[in-house]
Amino acid sequence: MLKIETITKIFSPGSINEKKAIDNLSLTLDKGEFVTVIGGNGAGKSTLLNCIAGVLETDSGKIYLGGEDITYMPEYKRSRYIGRVFQDPLLGTAFDMTIEENLAIAYSKAKTRGLAPGIRKSQSKLFREKLARLGLGLENRIQQKVGLLSGGQRQALTLLLATIVKPELLLLDEHTAALDPAASRQVMDLTRQLIMEHQLTTIMVTHNMKNALEFGSRTIMMHEGRIILDLQGRERTEMTVEKLIEHFSRKSGEVLDNDRLLLI
Amino acid sequence: MNVQVLFGSIELGMIYAIMALGVFISFRTLNMPDLTVDGSFVLGAAVSAVMCTSGHPQAALGTAFLAGCIAGSCTALLHTKLKIQPLLAGILVMLGLWSVNLRVMAGKANIPLINKTTVFNLLDGTALETYATMIIPAAIIIILMLLLYYFLKTELGLVIRATGDNEQMVRALGCNTDWTILIGLAVANGLVALSGAMIAQYQSFADITMGTGMVIIGLASVIIGEVLFGIKSLMRRLIAVVLGAMLYRLVIAAAYQLGMSPNDFKLVSALIVALALSMPVIKERYQIWKKRRENHANHLGEERKNA
Repeated sequence: MLKIETITKIFSPGSINEKKAIDNLSLTLDKGEFVTVIGGNGAGKSTLLNCIAGVLETDSGKIYLGGEDITYMPEYKRSRYIGRVFQDPLLGTAFDMTIEENLAIAYSKAKTRGLAPGIRKSQSKLFREKLARLGLGLENRIQQKVGLLSGGQRQALTLLLATIVKPELLLLDEHTAALDPAASRQVMDLTRQLIMEHQLTTIMVTHNMKNALEFGSRTIMMHEGRIILDLQGRERTEMTVEKLIEHFSRKSGEVLDNDRLLLI
Repeated sequence: MNVQVLFGSIELGMIYAIMALGVFISFRTLNMPDLTVDGSFVLGAAVSAVMCTSGHPQAALGTAFLAGCIAGSCTALLHTKLKIQPLLAGILVMLGLWSVNLRVMAGKANIPLINKTTVFNLLDGTALETYATMIIPAAIIIILMLLLYYFLKTELGLVIRATGDNEQMVRALGCNTDWTILIGLAVANGLVALSGAMIAQYQSFADITMGTGMVIIGLASVIIGEVLFGIKSLMRRLIAVVLGAMLYRLVIAAAYQLGMSPNDFKLVSALIVALALSMPVIKERYQIWKKRRENHANHLGEERKNA
């Protein structure tokens, strides 16, 4: 499904601030695979997602999605195949537009937008049904502006926007990091529900090690732009957070002392 | 204010409202400070005057709209493809348009349209002839509002509005924001040029300097409308912009009647917009000041009680 071949991304090349954010990284995802990504600050997790999504262009290497070479495809074109949810709840929605209008924009994702009415009656009904399944009562607030929603509600809505047209790949970039624990839990449950329901191929970056092992079918750990650990199958089911930390120290030669990583 | 002046202001207000709708699209919908307006307004007037002179007043309006679209597209391309800041891109196109407008006007700074047929002669010979200057702008502004309302609710319209809110979201949902900005600024400046074209025919001349400060007048209209008539729904917003533009004209006419020099109008417009833009900060300051004063008074009261 997704095939990344030895990509490299260097920020500010040639300057004293030169930083190799992604270093000869290769990764292959099968269809329907749900991969969680962990790593310290500056490990290159977000950069990896941005390279896949086309926000950043890689300096070398190739990226294939569903057999198609997307290495140089502009971000907005890739978005037709890729759904994304960001860490900042403000980034995923248009705050001055209604919930319904936001959904309508997402719903016309796969086609060229023309002068047809943005929202049709039949769509309105579909949107209500989809919203009802989030279990947040948003189906009764469909005409309200998104600016009135809480962070958790916005992330739930963004998840729906990203998946209402089934994407070939779903990218989640610490999408619960800015939420309080209760909202975070709710959005994570919803994430799992949507991924299971649509059998979505997913990459989820998380700062929560427990979540990383609990969700999905595969976990990779990144350090300095490389994958230093790739856990699947039995090895993964037997893995604990403690052992993971130990692994990290051994593989990276550093002590994991990152405040942002939740160890429990 | 006599009836004639009142009617005149309303008529002018409706024509300037077309320009204000354009400013609404760039400043509010796209959230982009577009200064092309001062130039595209004159471009519309210039095209209109030249075409009226050659006897095509109706076609002049459509052509002026298209010319404005091209001007807006230039600003959009400077911004999206060459990464020039929107403010500067607009100023550059505005500057360039000065020369273009003079070219259109065949090197003359002023084209009079006295005794030329204009769109306001459309109702000649009918019972409505005397009211043509009221009916025609009213019909045009109502049609434009409805078209704009429909347009902003289309698939394309929705992504244009979302672009002003959150460009990243629009790209993440499969739409090229370079394209939405281009269409948005083209339509905005098309409306501005159409307004200029109508003004030229209404006042029977086009002048190279008639666009100066137009963007501020448009912004003042938008803000007056928002403050007085609300921003609840899209239709309400569009109506508010139109009413704001008409009210602005009425205020100017009243000020004129009260003996204010027309030379001072631009200063007053600038002050109105500066005041309106600073309103949120002034409100906040006032709240803080009030809170501090209350706090101080309470504190004094406590001290007195204790003493």
